[in-house]
Amino acid sequence: MEQRLIANKKEFTLKGFFLQWEWLLVLLLIGVFVMNSNLSEYFLDSANLRDATMGFLDKAFIVLPMVFIILLGDIDISVASIVALSSVIMADLYNHGVPMELAVVICLAVGTICGWVNGLLIVKYKELSAVIVTLATMIIYRGIAYILLEDQASGKFPSWFKFLGWGYVGGIPFILIAFVFFAVVFWILLHKTTFGRMVYAMGNNTTAARFSGIQVDKIKIIVFTLAGLMSAIAALFLTSRMGSTRPNIAMGYELEVIAMVVLGGVSTAGGKGRMIGAILAVFLIGFLRYGLGLVNVSAQMLLIIMGVLLIVSVAIPQLKQRFAYVRRK
Amino acid sequence: MKKFFGIFLTAVMLVAVLSACGGKNDGNSGGQASGSPAASGDTGAKKKFAIVYKNTGNPYGEKEMEGYKNAIEELGYEVILKAPDQPTAEAQITMIDELISQKVNALAIVGNDPDALQPALEKAMNAGIKVLSLDSAVNTESRMLHINQADPERIGRTLVQGVVEMIGGSGEIAILSATSQATNQNLWIEWMKKELEDPKYADVKLVKVAYGDDLRDKSVSETEALLKSYPNLKGIISPTTVGIAAAGKVLTDKGLKGKVQLTGLGLPSEMAEYIESGVCQWMYLWNPLDVGYLSGYAADALVNGTITGAVGDKFAAGKLGEKEVIADGEGTQVMLGDPFKFDASNIAEWKDVY
Repeated sequence: MEQRLIANKKEFTLKGFFLQWEWLLVLLLIGVFVMNSNLSEYFLDSANLRDATMGFLDKAFIVLPMVFIILLGDIDISVASIVALSSVIMADLYNHGVPMELAVVICLAVGTICGWVNGLLIVKYKELSAVIVTLATMIIYRGIAYILLEDQASGKFPSWFKFLGWGYVGGIPFILIAFVFFAVVFWILLHKTTFGRMVYAMGNNTTAARFSGIQVDKIKIIVFTLAGLMSAIAALFLTSRMGSTRPNIAMGYELEVIAMVVLGGVSTAGGKGRMIGAILAVFLIGFLRYGLGLVNVSAQMLLIIMGVLLIVSVAIPQLKQRFAYVRRK
Repeated sequence: MKKFFGIFLTAVMLVAVLSACGGKNDGNSGGQASGSPAASGDTGAKKKFAIVYKNTGNPYGEKEMEGYKNAIEELGYEVILKAPDQPTAEAQITMIDELISQKVNALAIVGNDPDALQPALEKAMNAGIKVLSLDSAVNTESRMLHINQADPERIGRTLVQGVVEMIGGSGEIAILSATSQATNQNLWIEWMKKELEDPKYADVKLVKVAYGDDLRDKSVSETEALLKSYPNLKGIISPTTVGIAAAGKVLTDKGLKGKVQLTGLGLPSEMAEYIESGVCQWMYLWNPLDVGYLSGYAADALVNGTITGAVGDKFAAGKLGEKEVIADGEGTQVMLGDPFKFDASNIAEWKDVY
């Protein structure tokens, strides 16, 4: 019997390297910068660009665990409600005498618990898909927020809290530093640990993964809990940006987050996609919006552009496959 | 090769489409976007005055922005009109940031929330931008001056007096408002409730404050819900032009004219048919064009230093004559005037004006 060596990685070719989805995102990002700097003289100002990140990075924290969820082939549309609930509980407790530091910790705890409940329900009731479960919790969590605060605002936080969303460390916005930190952590988690490999395996074929000994249920719960925790962190930054909170904050965030993940090349069928893609997509969408806002493009036009971008990002992989199929024939 | 070509072409096409979109907006002066992107301009050139309304698709808001635009263009400067598609504070914060980056000279805002905009507006003021609010105020630390259309106490009390007179002194009434956090709405509702504490309204009961969010379809469904849940409802006060128009339509469609009375703040152009038919006997408003116009001149006065927003400051407001700054709690404001009553006798002359 002759020996055969089977490579465990795809052979590296220059063409293969540059044909990746993520390079297209880089091209688009460069394109966005070129376009925006032609549209407005204010775009390429480093202070403006730096400040622009403070506007869109709050939802970016949720993008990181959402990559994991979509890689699994699931989805979580309750993240925006988790943001609202954690923020509301934190504000309500603080305004009833709880020290701010403790309120912040409770905010994180609430988010984590919400995510954990999501995971438990999805794993325990396998007939219910993730979209149904998180649809229900989306309504329930925000409902609880409304019961707590009704239609009132809650705020007047201590001045140090403003630092989270508005502060700089050595000229760099704190929120950017925090995001880079978490992005690195999640990147390592996905690409350099066994946990990450198991998530990919589950996304490709859950049954096969289960029979290979992977603890499918446990991993799902962990992933959804992480989403809850990062939603709470996003809540911290968003609340700090606004200086006060209401039960209806972060409306529509779940759609934007999922759009960023899908644009980043993560397939909704599961099993395909990379963290760097989602991170690039965050900046792509963020700077595109910001640049168009600088020339005062109307809000509706912005929505249309975003929608087109999203459709194209989903269509291109399909077209790619069809080209490849036709060629093989 | 075909694959690579395909992807490359798509990328080029995308970039081209996106640039084209941007190019088109260069020449686009309609809709909500205005003000030329200064590709060749420099910061020393024309002064820029911006206004941020609560949301798009609001005819009353469009009139206010138009008034502001008229004032700024009369003064010979560049005006930027912005409004988010959803009436939220987050969207306004993003727009404030964009305006700070564009280094505008003045920013007039109709707040979606009195407190949430404070960090963003403080940043604007620190950057040297003159900040004023109009119509829906932001808290006193977030602004230099507030432009108020009419005394909120008078608005609140007059509306209650009006509806009670219409329903004959006793019965159930409800309020159909806009969004739950809009400053102006809450202020007026507060005064309405204060008026109702007077013993002469002992037989009048306020059963509910509903929120139509200034969205037509939500206002319609909230009105229908009110009529269903409170079958003995005799009067509706709607201190928002979107709400009163929606309520007028619902009452007309259900044939409730005379059984359920309606009043509030409405645009003459939208409410003419309901006033003429008697569904709404009379209503109040002021001229939103004037509110915007006054804000434009106030912004200019702040920018060129004529006033600083302190009590006692005086400035010339174009066609509206001279205006004085008065106190408003811990802050200051400028009053436009008194609310104006529209009824069957004068609606015909006003419905084409605004």
